[in-house]
Amino acid sequence: MSTTTTTAAAKPKLKTSAMIASFADPGQKTTSAPFGHALVAAAEANPAIVGLTADLGKYTDMHIFAKAFPDRFFQMGMAEQLLFGAAAGMAETGLIPFASTYSVFAARRAYDFLCLDIAEPNLNVNIVGGLPGLTTGYGPSHQATEDMAIFRGMPNLTIVDPCDSVDIEQAVPQLAASDGPTYLRLLRGNVPTVLDEYDYKFELGKAKVLRGGNDVVFVSSGLMTMRALQAADALAAHNVDVAVVHTPTIKPFDSATVLAELNTDRLAVTLENHTVVGGLFETVASAVVTAGLGKRVVPIALPDQFLDAGALPTLHERYGLSVDRIVAKVLAELG
Amino acid sequence: MTLSSVETAAVSAPTPERVERIRAAAYRIRHHALNMGEVQGQGYVGQALGAADMFAAAYADQLSYRAEDPHWEGRDRFLLSTGHYAIGHYAALAEAGIVPVSELETYGSDDSRLPMSGMSTYTPGMEISGGSLGHGLTIAVGMALGLRAQGSASRVINFLSDGELDEGSTWEAAMGAHHHQLGNLIAMVDINALQADGATNTVLRTEPVTEKWESFGWYTQRVDGNDVGALLAAFDNIAAVAAAVGRPSVILCDTKVGRGVPLLETREKAHFMRIEENEWQICREQLTAGYEGAASA
Repeated sequence: MSTTTTTAAAKPKLKTSAMIASFADPGQKTTSAPFGHALVAAAEANPAIVGLTADLGKYTDMHIFAKAFPDRFFQMGMAEQLLFGAAAGMAETGLIPFASTYSVFAARRAYDFLCLDIAEPNLNVNIVGGLPGLTTGYGPSHQATEDMAIFRGMPNLTIVDPCDSVDIEQAVPQLAASDGPTYLRLLRGNVPTVLDEYDYKFELGKAKVLRGGNDVVFVSSGLMTMRALQAADALAAHNVDVAVVHTPTIKPFDSATVLAELNTDRLAVTLENHTVVGGLFETVASAVVTAGLGKRVVPIALPDQFLDAGALPTLHERYGLSVDRIVAKVLAELG
Repeated sequence: MTLSSVETAAVSAPTPERVERIRAAAYRIRHHALNMGEVQGQGYVGQALGAADMFAAAYADQLSYRAEDPHWEGRDRFLLSTGHYAIGHYAALAEAGIVPVSELETYGSDDSRLPMSGMSTYTPGMEISGGSLGHGLTIAVGMALGLRAQGSASRVINFLSDGELDEGSTWEAAMGAHHHQLGNLIAMVDINALQADGATNTVLRTEPVTEKWESFGWYTQRVDGNDVGALLAAFDNIAAVAAAVGRPSVILCDTKVGRGVPLLETREKAHFMRIEENEWQICREQLTAGYEGAASA
């Protein structure tokens, strides 16, 4: 066997399935580590706030807090059951923990500890989950495509799926101030800044109409609100007028605002960075049926399958989350 | 039964020819890993270099397998729990002839059979999907139980990392393996003293590691995981004194991130090491110089 294998240097770079990938568009306005900075600001105002992580401080922007408040930061090691059990214990003593890991490990691995130690006693523990939905190309071990489906069944838990840095900055102090447990689908690193262009404020538990439109109404959460807004602009070029309703709080769900928008003749479409099972689409569908609206709703969501590893843009295109795929789907629906 | 140092001393040292054969395999695994890392410009190259001797000892010396038939039922099982070490495992699978060397450059790319995190559904020879750490040893216990129950003489080797010792599930499995007297199970723990947020002793102190495994009932050896002779001797000791009496064995391997490439050995330790475009060739040259220098010394 040769010991002088040729190098691959001359070949073009293939697309990478690296763990941490940005979903920001090239040249898009972004804000660095909005969660970490917002937590520092909240902690300056409230001395009860503490931060914990399970060997993922650098990857959940918790390192910003750790640097600012080293005495209020607790590195728990790669031990998620301990992370959330300990967060419950701290909350029992009167502290307000923000505990971060990846969403997969919070939702899948530590569920029993979250459920019985935190949610049942209704403690103010704030679960911060990185890499929600399809925000890494690393494969099923790190893609939390079903986190909302898992968590929606947990009583007392408030679920927040922020769109951008504006949502995150405004949500953090409200999560700290709300009494029970919360789950934040964290966007980390250089996070797109989108909602500053709109007359918008994040209010826990409220949906907001970001733009009106006569032909189609999008109901979206998380980073898919950014895509919904981009798709709405693109559809305008096809003479399709699209309204966008952003629902960053998935539970409790603001049915009143959403149903008021859906109770029209417009094409209704939900958009979520999550499997079609058990997330925003089914939340909306449940509200529609409960209210007795005979309204068809078209889901744009991830398929009910384990997703591929690969580069994030490749995968968003493959699974229908890209702006192009959204536009095509809407045009097809409109015939 | 209690094992003593007297029992381990009865085994003769591995021959120089055997050690040299495995060293050569480890060198090629490192070379493959550098080439794979260069395609992406980044990656878990430091871990692959550090663990190359462990992979080489397993694949070139210990494991029974059929390269043309990765699912041959008589094979020994090698379970990569640390999914991000896949770059090193793919290099070892290439060395073993299970994955073509020409395919390695697709590592981590769209539609490759070699994703950045190891998955059994993608890659021939990959027994489990790792990545969510602390799963491997639990699956290994089940495989060891299943093989034994079906009269198989195959062994199960689980490769895990010191970071995985943070996870409670690892210790549930450690108790289970001892309880069920799994002499057909071997754990190899890569102790590189590094995890995602920093040095292991700053994230969660796992030491004293040796005493922990011993107290869990495992036949425990701690070796320089970059010393091929010591690794082979550890396997020989297991075969001689632990396997037959139904005792699970662990080889605790102290390794150095970036081992074999001085440029990377001395670089600040990082979970995800960055290497500049012009450095890859230097890395390869340093690797070859070190390998050939040690051979002629």
